[in-house]
Amino acid sequence: MSVAAVTAMGQGLQSCEVCGLLSRPARGEAEGRCPRCDEELSFRKPDSLQRTWACLIGAAICYIPANVLPVLTTTTAAGAESDTILQGVVLLWSPTGWPLSLIVLFASIMIPSAKILALGYLLLSIQRGSIENNDQRTRLYRMVEFIGRWSMVDVFVDTFTAALIQLQPLMSVEPGPGLFFFAAVVVLTMLAVESFDPRLIWDSVSSREVRHA
Amino acid sequence: MHDRSDLCSYIEVYNQPLADASLVACPHCDLLQRLPELERGASARCTRCDKELWRRREDPLNRTLALTLAAAVLYVVANSVPMLGIAAVGHQASTTVIGGAEHLWENGQQIVAVIVLFTAVLAPALQIGFMLAIVLAAHRECPPRWVGTLLRHHPRVRTWSMIEVMLLGVLVALIKIADYATVIPGVALFSLGALIFLLAGMQASFDVQEVWGRIQWAQGSARRALARDRIVEATP
Repeated sequence: MSVAAVTAMGQGLQSCEVCGLLSRPARGEAEGRCPRCDEELSFRKPDSLQRTWACLIGAAICYIPANVLPVLTTTTAAGAESDTILQGVVLLWSPTGWPLSLIVLFASIMIPSAKILALGYLLLSIQRGSIENNDQRTRLYRMVEFIGRWSMVDVFVDTFTAALIQLQPLMSVEPGPGLFFFAAVVVLTMLAVESFDPRLIWDSVSSREVRHA
Repeated sequence: MHDRSDLCSYIEVYNQPLADASLVACPHCDLLQRLPELERGASARCTRCDKELWRRREDPLNRTLALTLAAAVLYVVANSVPMLGIAAVGHQASTTVIGGAEHLWENGQQIVAVIVLFTAVLAPALQIGFMLAIVLAAHRECPPRWVGTLLRHHPRVRTWSMIEVMLLGVLVALIKIADYATVIPGVALFSLGALIFLLAGMQASFDVQEVWGRIQWAQGSARRALARDRIVEATP
């Protein structure tokens, strides 16, 4: 970047995450409270990288049982049959049902794994002090933030399938143990996004400029 | 009552606001910049990372109030009547949103049941309730402090309110079930469909900076609390 970017932190100012007010810490204090909304202020979200890593690693661990364990168990006169998420996608695949199958494939398999990979990439690139593609990385973060909630779809599909198909003794559907891990992946990745501070992406630029100046 | 020393340290840590209120930092890249005066309906974006910093809304309070009231009515309908029913070989069954969570709870999936209940029932209720209280109180010239507390929690509640995601899930479930049984869509299903649009409109018409700009400052109320304490001490 040709023009040195002036950041709030560079000027010793803190911007409130809740109300957006810009303020200066009192003399001798490193951090304070927002005079308008009373939020505790800091230059960057506290322990952002550690918290995001913790949630992300938790999500990655839960991702395995979420895909291996069954999410639904169907009991009919012929016996019981358990389906994992992927088997659910395959079951939905039919000449008429393929668009839905694609929605579930996208929301339940592609979004969660893409989220984990994207956040992992963002964290690693920050820790390596990368100054490349800052605006694309910020955009990637916004995309992860925006799209994350949609992976909850499968939890709702299984919830209402199980609640409705209660035609004992003919046929009944019960939730399986995979559902818990899948919901955990979604919640943990959302928490990871919440604790991630996108301003860290831009901080290496500022610190490099300071060193060159 | 507060401990005296606690209260003092509490006040000392307030930051100093800047003299120039139009200076802001981008929440996504921390670039310091000046917000321009905006026409109604216009928006300002960060020059470095393109994050929308502010969009000035047309008549934000009244429009948001109308949409919030409509959303509140639809929310009550959507959660009190059946959402889906099925009929197959002489059997009939139906469920509400809460019924879905209840079934999970009864089948050993208590944590998932709580997540479903929170994201599909509780968070949307808070989202609508908070907004209603905020908009009503913001009609006053200087909105009271508790409006700030609600404003602070509103974005988080909104993140976890997933009515639109739930509806997509319900539609997928509906088509899945249609293979085995006749599906009877309930009134709640249509209410939820309309509710999604009202909630999106409610969020889009609201201007959070408009309210923050007029709110009672936390620092001022802390000063008053200290003054009150002094009076209490002076009159033993």
